[in-house]
Amino acid sequence: MERRVNYENDLNLMATELSLGLPGCGDDEPQRKTNPSIRNNKRTAPEISEVSSSESSSSITMSGSDDQDSPPPAKEQVVGWPPIRSYRKNCLQSSKRNEVEGMGMYVKVSVDGAPYLRKIDLKVYRSYPQLLKALENMFKLTIGAYSKREGYNGSDYAPTYEDKDGDWMLVGDVPWEMFISSCKRLRIMKGSEARGLGCV
Amino acid sequence: SSRRSSFPDEVLERVLSLLKSHRDRSSVSLVCKDWYNAERWSRTHVFIGNCYSVSPEIVARRFPKIRSVTLKGKPRFSDFNLVPENWGADIHAWLVVFAAKYPFLEELRLKRMAISDESLEFLAVSFPNFKALSLLSCDGFSTNGLAAIATHCKNLTELDIQENGIDDKGGSWLSCFPESFTSLEVLNFANLSSDINFDALERLVGRCKSMRVLKLNRSVSLEQLQRLLVNAPQLAELGTGSFSEELTFRQYVELESALSNCKNMHTLSGLWDAKGIYLPALYPVCTHLTFLNLSYAALRSDELAKLLAHCPRLKRLWVLDTVEDKGLEAVGLNCPLLEELRVFPADPFDEEIIHGVTEAGFVAVSFGCPGLHYVLYFCRQMTNAAVATIVQNCPDFTHFRLCIMNPGQPDYITNEPMDEAFGAVVKTCTKLQRLSVSGLLTDLTFEYIGRYAKNLETLSVAFAGSSDWGMQCVMGGCSKLRKLEIRDCPFGNAALLSGLEKYESMRSLWMSACNVTMNGCRLLAREMPRLNVEVMKEDGSDDSQADKVYVYRSIAGPRRDAPPSVLTL
Repeated sequence: MERRVNYENDLNLMATELSLGLPGCGDDEPQRKTNPSIRNNKRTAPEISEVSSSESSSSITMSGSDDQDSPPPAKEQVVGWPPIRSYRKNCLQSSKRNEVEGMGMYVKVSVDGAPYLRKIDLKVYRSYPQLLKALENMFKLTIGAYSKREGYNGSDYAPTYEDKDGDWMLVGDVPWEMFISSCKRLRIMKGSEARGLGCV
Repeated sequence: SSRRSSFPDEVLERVLSLLKSHRDRSSVSLVCKDWYNAERWSRTHVFIGNCYSVSPEIVARRFPKIRSVTLKGKPRFSDFNLVPENWGADIHAWLVVFAAKYPFLEELRLKRMAISDESLEFLAVSFPNFKALSLLSCDGFSTNGLAAIATHCKNLTELDIQENGIDDKGGSWLSCFPESFTSLEVLNFANLSSDINFDALERLVGRCKSMRVLKLNRSVSLEQLQRLLVNAPQLAELGTGSFSEELTFRQYVELESALSNCKNMHTLSGLWDAKGIYLPALYPVCTHLTFLNLSYAALRSDELAKLLAHCPRLKRLWVLDTVEDKGLEAVGLNCPLLEELRVFPADPFDEEIIHGVTEAGFVAVSFGCPGLHYVLYFCRQMTNAAVATIVQNCPDFTHFRLCIMNPGQPDYITNEPMDEAFGAVVKTCTKLQRLSVSGLLTDLTFEYIGRYAKNLETLSVAFAGSSDWGMQCVMGGCSKLRKLEIRDCPFGNAALLSGLEKYESMRSLWMSACNVTMNGCRLLAREMPRLNVEVMKEDGSDDSQADKVYVYRSIAGPRRDAPPSVLTL
């Protein structure tokens, strides 16, 4: 209750002071004038529950209850507020992460005949040409251009991918967004097998 | 043992067996000893609102013929990380007693309980007739536990996994349902994120001809959804998977056709990442819909408006605040039968956000939907006048949960506290059972609540009030109060102790980050031996402060499974 005492002392001085200026700067907050004891009795949650909390990942920068004339600093969060279940919070966060380029989407890439696999982040690319160029650079091979009718005919290599259903598909048939959401891994096929795909 | 009773025990039991409401049964059991006995022998379902209020042994002794149990555990604020880990509410001790006393147990519904994989395995093998498992906001288990249920429960009709803290180790659990298994009616695994084996799911849905509720997880694609629906047109409730892959025209037409064959569908949810472009596929289903849950689909106002134009019979709607006020105007225009509205924030922690919904959206809904009686509304600004208008339009509110997301925020136009808003709510809505308050509130709000909210049973308070007087008003005035949860309010020992006489008629009281001290709690514990008074201390806090207090009535005495962070006084 020490805070209340302080506040009431301050109020006696400040309330009678005339000053030029917009409400809210230097004064007590205008909304408090209807009931001056509100402010101090309302504990600023961050100080109490956040400082020692170990279970929350939110951070507190609020300076204290004396700081009345500046708005709370950015990124202030209170444990468990607003009251939203963790499950929903996690769903929203993962939705956002999928949109923002924060989360990588790494898939394995195998090349027929190569001794080991590589991994690439599909999120880095925006289109098939970009992806194919990156693959060509990574494995020092030529895949060439895609055509709807002939696939990668003319090339020794055909890029394929395993989709959600476990089927092996030719890279390039479906729209890029659909490819991104269904590609689980890549395999660059080589030789006669590869050439055969163009004729299917 | 009937002498003066008008009819034999068997008849009385038969009549009483038709009673479903546990409150009615409670009343019946208080009439006389005969009725008490007839009631206890005829009861098949027991509802326990606080797992620590009673022990499994006591339950088993009183009710010999239970086939269905509903249990709730942790205080509600555990959903928001305010309760320490390992707090308790573990189901296992209950299961052990049930296995001995209720071998024919059929249903178990748990909310905010801790349940381990070992417990799920024990459950799966101990009850040969087991039919329905529902887990809401529980934790402590993984998909391995679900695998045990799928493997062993031959008569399972319901598996409902909702919003739990589950350790998702993969989707193979779904493949554990034997090929001979056909009884499933309710399957809800929307909670889980891992891919499941779609072929196994397709076969399962195909052979469970009585399936009426199917809620998929995000990993199920639109194309797969279509394949499932073709084999399950009888579904009454559907939760789609992801609603956003690119479809060919032919796939879209097939999806729309499959949906239009679902003539019984009244509830739709899921719609993860829904893209507006495919929502028209839902139109045939929308005409019969009574419950639409869009709270995981970030729709814009125009997308929602177009969809709602096809949903005239909607009674319950859950949305994200991405629909904004304009979207809510569309609700008011298109859904005159609406009874329940929940608006969740898409970006609750981003204070840069300047959209979302405001008081205008809520007001618009109230004009169009006079039957509205349940609302949960997250917003960033509100006015007293708006709330007064809202309750004037909708006086039948039973549940009014308003969350102004910035703590302690006043009426943004008048800069006054929001006291008059909640005053209007309690004065006008005489049937109000549940109230959550927010914004800048003085003791006046609580004076209003104590004076007018005579049917109030549940009250949630955060960052509000001026002094002990506020809570005293509530404790003194709300005769039907059962659950009170308070955080970050200036209520101290005087307030806590003003409820001394009242707590035994309530389920529980929660107070955290208030001004209650250990001495106050000790006094309460001493005066009221039939209450359990538990204190959770935060690291580094003053020794005399009672940081988090949880008080509840119990006939089982103090609990013996409290972790070190929980002190029982």
